[in-house]
Amino acid sequence: MIPPEVAATPDAATLTELAPTSIVDAKLELGELTLVIDPGQILTVCEILKARRGYAYLSDVTAVDWHPSEPRFEVVYHLFCHERKQPLRLKCRLGGDQPSIASVVPVWGAANWCEREVFDLFGIRFAGHPHLRRLLMPIDWEGHPLCKDYPVTGYR
Amino acid sequence: MFQETIAPVGKRTMILNMGPQHPSTHGVLHLILELDGETILKATADIGFLHTGIEKTCEAKTYHQAITLTERIDYLCPLTNNLCYVLAVEKLLGLEPPSRAQWMRVMLNELTRIGSHLVWLGTHANDIGATTVLLYCFREREEILNLFEAVSGQRMMTSYFRVGGLALEPPAGFLKRVEKVMATFPDHIDEYEELLTRNRIWMARTKSVGILTKEDALDFAVSGPTARASGIDWDLRRDNPYSSYDKFSFRVPLRAEGDIYARYIVRMEEMRESLKIVRQALEGMPEGPIQVNAPAVVLPQGDNRKTEMEALIQQFKIVIDGFCVPPGEVYQAVESPRGEMGYYIVSDGTAHPYRVKVRSPSFANLQALPRLAEGRLLSDLVACIGSIDIVLGEIDR
Repeated sequence: MIPPEVAATPDAATLTELAPTSIVDAKLELGELTLVIDPGQILTVCEILKARRGYAYLSDVTAVDWHPSEPRFEVVYHLFCHERKQPLRLKCRLGGDQPSIASVVPVWGAANWCEREVFDLFGIRFAGHPHLRRLLMPIDWEGHPLCKDYPVTGYR
Repeated sequence: MFQETIAPVGKRTMILNMGPQHPSTHGVLHLILELDGETILKATADIGFLHTGIEKTCEAKTYHQAITLTERIDYLCPLTNNLCYVLAVEKLLGLEPPSRAQWMRVMLNELTRIGSHLVWLGTHANDIGATTVLLYCFREREEILNLFEAVSGQRMMTSYFRVGGLALEPPAGFLKRVEKVMATFPDHIDEYEELLTRNRIWMARTKSVGILTKEDALDFAVSGPTARASGIDWDLRRDNPYSSYDKFSFRVPLRAEGDIYARYIVRMEEMRESLKIVRQALEGMPEGPIQVNAPAVVLPQGDNRKTEMEALIQQFKIVIDGFCVPPGEVYQAVESPRGEMGYYIVSDGTAHPYRVKVRSPSFANLQALPRLAEGRLLSDLVACIGSIDIVLGEIDR
């Protein structure tokens, strides 16, 4: 259900026109617009937003772990349009069992390391990423430290 | 281990590991270089050597305790990290600090920017071979660190910004002291420029070297002076003002060349603009409280704790239990000396942040390094690394 104040924004309108089923939820809180996107359509949505709405700049990709509730993971994208000085947050909800989502590296080169970091720290796979491997942790590390079921002190 | 990143080429090439310990990588950065003679064919950055798990640790701390972690992310601009974090928490809480606190924050942030740029200039010039500049820059940075010590008791890890305002009232005569130090700075900057700006060796090493096009800068989400030297006219202080930056007038230096020299010029001009902001802050510093009136969040001030039981209880409650923050999420970005520094905080309504994500400018800027260095000589790589002004602690967090 999209609240009316979100549906009135040009970003949401463009998406409803070009990818009618892509927005599954949305909110406008503390002046920040969040669109929850169907994970299967994230690549299409990002391409549309970059080409039609001028979001040429991807600030950040990250994730939030809502363990033990389901869907467990939220992948969060922070976009920015320099011309309109407008930020936008996209979110995709993923289940906890072998979470996977399409990579947005074809749209923004900046997503490369961000997605590797999310894979490293949360274990979310990005399909189509050019070389998805650990970024911050050692390459032979076991587990994904930012998951909520991973102890702060580590396993030792 | 890194075979998949290095494309096989027809001729004999050499793989060279630069770092993790190398004096010109400004921290612990490992670069895997594929060389044909002295020409870099491919550069791959390998990071993570300074990963300290600050984001994970934040989840186990209260909102106030996490302030001390944020400044350890970037040792060159601890106050900028403090500011970004407390602004994000204040946004979640719906608090607006009093104007005196906001102006002090602006002033100290600009001092931090000058200090950070001085370290960048000194080390960058040192890398290229101009050793003298390093000594001058550190001499002046010391003055700025002394100011931080005077105001907070700490030279670097100050924790001076708190949720709802400042930690302490600045000491008597502090503004006079800042004024005195700042009065000497225009001459100092002239001195550095005299050493470098028209220096033929400096120009030969930096002009038309390490070019980053505007398209690449956007694609890799490059921000800050590095982006402004490539023609992206964007500064968060002006374009998305926070902490009353909209009350200050300053210019955003911009260059279109995108080479190392352009980045140098942009940062030098930024220091002069920061001086202007500090001067405006000194002239117009408002009087009044330094903390917002929110007893559930802000520690009781002054002698209240010695005479009022309620204040003492409040002090204990905030220190031991922390304060609860309404559920929600917020992304707050500020202009750090390196670019867009952003904190994404998710709250679940408890006294501990559910998730803290730090969007660090160096992380994004470093991704663009191969574009700067590939096809150039190995010796240019050192200049390229220096010119994007990375802090590895911030990249690895």
